[in-house]
Amino acid sequence: MNKETKGILLDPLHLQNPITLQVLGICSALAVTTKLEPAFVMSAALTFVLILSNVFISLLRNKIPGSIRIITQLAIIASLVIVADQILKAYLFEMSKMLSVFVGLIITNCIVMGRAEAFAMGNPPWKSAMDGFANAMGYSAILIIVGFFRELLGSGKLLGYTVMESVNNGGWYFPNGLMVLSPGAFFIIGLLIWLQRTLSTEMQEDSN
Amino acid sequence: MEFSNKYIVGFAIGLCLVCSTAVSSLAVGLKERQDANRLLDKQVNVLRVAQLISHDEKPTHEQVEEVFKNIKVFVFDQATAKSASVDNVWKFDPRKAEMTFPKKGDAWGKRAKKISLKSMPKTLIAYQVQTPGKECLVLPIYGNGLWSLLRGFLAIDLNTGKVIGITFYEHLETAGLGGEIENPLWQAKWPGKTCFDAQGLPVLDVVKQGKVLSPEFEVDGISGATITSVAVGNMVKLWLGDAGYGPFLQKMREVN
Amino acid sequence: MELINLALKAIFVENIVLAFFLGMCSFLAVSKKVDTAMGLGLAVIFVLAVTTPLNNLVFHYLLKEGALGWMLGKESAMEIDLSFLGFIAYIAVIAAVIQIVEMALEKFSPALYSALGVFLPLIAVNCAILGSSLFMVQREYGLAESTVFGIGSGIGFWLAIIALAAIREKLRYSNVPPGLRGLGITFITTGLMAMGFMLFAGIQL
Repeated sequence: MNKETKGILLDPLHLQNPITLQVLGICSALAVTTKLEPAFVMSAALTFVLILSNVFISLLRNKIPGSIRIITQLAIIASLVIVADQILKAYLFEMSKMLSVFVGLIITNCIVMGRAEAFAMGNPPWKSAMDGFANAMGYSAILIIVGFFRELLGSGKLLGYTVMESVNNGGWYFPNGLMVLSPGAFFIIGLLIWLQRTLSTEMQEDSN
Repeated sequence: MEFSNKYIVGFAIGLCLVCSTAVSSLAVGLKERQDANRLLDKQVNVLRVAQLISHDEKPTHEQVEEVFKNIKVFVFDQATAKSASVDNVWKFDPRKAEMTFPKKGDAWGKRAKKISLKSMPKTLIAYQVQTPGKECLVLPIYGNGLWSLLRGFLAIDLNTGKVIGITFYEHLETAGLGGEIENPLWQAKWPGKTCFDAQGLPVLDVVKQGKVLSPEFEVDGISGATITSVAVGNMVKLWLGDAGYGPFLQKMREVN
Repeated sequence: MELINLALKAIFVENIVLAFFLGMCSFLAVSKKVDTAMGLGLAVIFVLAVTTPLNNLVFHYLLKEGALGWMLGKESAMEIDLSFLGFIAYIAVIAAVIQIVEMALEKFSPALYSALGVFLPLIAVNCAILGSSLFMVQREYGLAESTVFGIGSGIGFWLAIIALAAIREKLRYSNVPPGLRGLGITFITTGLMAMGFMLFAGIQL
């Protein structure tokens, strides 16, 4: 694997993580991480959309006039997501009920638009697909870590299964209410960033 | 790369045509299947809330039709409880038909506003389960939560005035927070709660998680989802009151 | 009176950034300096003030059930419900308005244009802007209410981002540990700001 491919695939996991460095995809990182299960579902859904949208936009990249490129990207992304939602509603209704919540969150997910602008508009489809996949992995990693801690500390459960019995049910654990609310997510992500940047000092920002 | 104006306009039109055709043809082509799915889901929820089937059961359309032979559907005018008629009972959405707007002094107007409702329907539907041993009334309810319209059913036993069950089949609340209204564990907190006080006024309510003072008629809310939980409380109070099923329930009491 | 309550609610009690947590990406990324934050905030106010009432018109005259009555006659129009096109339609309107803003900025304020960088087109997917339109539809606002709600939400966003930018500018002179500098401490600060805004929850105007 040459250096460039390695960069495309590995950077978004850590050094160029969409959430902790590019500052993209934050809204959903707060909204769907109260429990671990929705974090997994959102990660899967976003991976699917991000790869497809990067490929589509990359295929059209030389044909899109600059003056209408925002709308074009959005039209493609929104259509993709709605088509997926419509198919789910018809053939996998139970799953669509769970995923329909995320439809809006995915269309407006800055990662999809951000990577379309920053990468797919200037790179061939195969590379764009890899970039989409890698960014989705970086995003998923953060989502799963945050979801893990928020559910565990916020309710003593993981994926719905009780790990630490809460006092209400006769156990010993006092669920941390702050973890269930958004500030909890902010603090966890802030600490994650601290950890990442202490391990890799090149991610640190200048102090002036 | 410079594009001519003609190209830009042509591209834009082409893009619009492709995207709109893709989305619309799917929406129209799949509409029947989607509607059938939605209808089955709604009917299954009526059965679930009346405790006729368990939460995990996934009955087929035929099985559901069979059970519905013991369920009587009432269509009536909201204010007078007089019988009314609609074209298709299962396709009728009270929210899209004629509505009643609150007048200046109406107390229900304020409560409706809390769940972002500007009006209440003039024509309502209710289901009476007549299966022996499981008799109850299933009342469709709706209201706005934090992000979306919540649609569900409240099942009550008119004789005892207690809740048989509650369920939600349509909403777009945050998964893990407001979305927990779909969780059978939370719904299990409802059966047995008292709906009305001695004067016959709706007293059933949802309070902030951990702050239940009167467990007889108060349901513990969802941790971290106060707005959605409070919305559900306002919903049941509104629909059990005289702007909702109040007149109908009164009439049903007199009949018995 | 109602409209003033609506505006106050949109600015403080239901602040679109700190209470609903919409629009986080631009909020966190563009709050490094008060100047750029001011630019983005004003852009958001403008976009929200224009798109929320515009989308209200789109919903009422194009999308909702029976909306096409003015074109096809009431009877046949009642059959047509285009609300499934909601997302695309509102985003199209928003993207169009933003493309115009982008062209204007590039011409009249190139410094701000380059400072905003990729985050200007990202206003198009800013969940706050789409969220405002979706709330407006869900709560069945009229045209006047939509406009007030849009402006109010925009002012709420502007207030929040200016506050954060001001705090971040001060933080640059503090002894923040290297790993936390910049984005890390910003997240923690925003968490604290969000907790602060929770005191507004439950205020009934």
